[in-house]
Amino acid sequence: MSGQSDSAAEAKGWHSVVDDWAADQRTFRVSWGKLMMWIFLLGDTFIFSIFLLSYMTVRLSATDAWPNASQVFELVVFGQTVPLFLIAIMTFILITSSGTMAIAVSFAYRKQKQLAVYLMLATAVLGASFVAMQAFEWSKLIADGVRPWVNPMGAAQFGAAFFMITGFHGLHVSAGVIYLLIVARKLARGDYDQRGYEIVEISGLYWHFVDLVWVFIFAFFYLW
Amino acid sequence: MSTEHVQHHPISLYLKVWGWLFLLSFFSYMVDYMHVQGPLRWTLVLTFMLLKAGLILSVFMHVKWERLALKLLLFVPLFAIAVFVALMAIEGDYTYALRLLYFRQH
Repeated sequence: MSGQSDSAAEAKGWHSVVDDWAADQRTFRVSWGKLMMWIFLLGDTFIFSIFLLSYMTVRLSATDAWPNASQVFELVVFGQTVPLFLIAIMTFILITSSGTMAIAVSFAYRKQKQLAVYLMLATAVLGASFVAMQAFEWSKLIADGVRPWVNPMGAAQFGAAFFMITGFHGLHVSAGVIYLLIVARKLARGDYDQRGYEIVEISGLYWHFVDLVWVFIFAFFYLW
Repeated sequence: MSTEHVQHHPISLYLKVWGWLFLLSFFSYMVDYMHVQGPLRWTLVLTFMLLKAGLILSVFMHVKWERLALKLLLFVPLFAIAVFVALMAIEGDYTYALRLLYFRQH
């Protein structure tokens, strides 16, 4: 697709890296849109890493007891106390939305535009429900008296870490929902019929990244 | 990766990965539900986390089919984060020790 020669003697492994960087050609054989999305995601990786890193640092150095996330986020469901109930549902919802997005990309490349649009809309709806549940968790914790500077359950740093990390992630999910809705609308309208449907893959990269970040937040914040 | 490449992935591949992600999330939830504690808990949580991250990156984000030059662009910079983690782990422990030494309530 990039118009570069795919000669029969295509180098493999490290030789391909040397070729890509040394030859008189564009280094990365992907479209600019996709490359820029990857570079943006690399930057975002650093931002989320630094959030999780600061969380690690304050948790290591806190002298007050760190609250047990398993108990903090438990809910009473049908008279039974279930640990991390809503968080588990949110995790499954985000994974499902990643699945629908991956299939949307596949359909877009098969030129089945309508199916891709529907699956992107399904992804956006799942993402919006994730944000709604996150808002519920926030209001529950705020009602319990947790603030970024104080926490009745132990270490004060818990509130700061929770609101910053999940808030920044929730912001990414919200932005992703809007982004997907815009791309889906333009796709349905036929804006990409001439250029090709790579935009679905590019917006998909962003969406999968949001899911990827949640995998790390789930492990380090909720399960640790 | 060329677009022709992606078209050949069957939908069943994505459904399979989806199923695995579900299963791995369920396992990591069970670690908490069954109250597994200590080093075993951390090992399991990290293992399931890395497996999930690997599946999302390699299949859903198509990194598996990208050229090595792009893979290096994505993964070499993460070394800086690893160094930062090590530094801050030492720093966190040091701060904790100082707080115990000088700010202990009597």
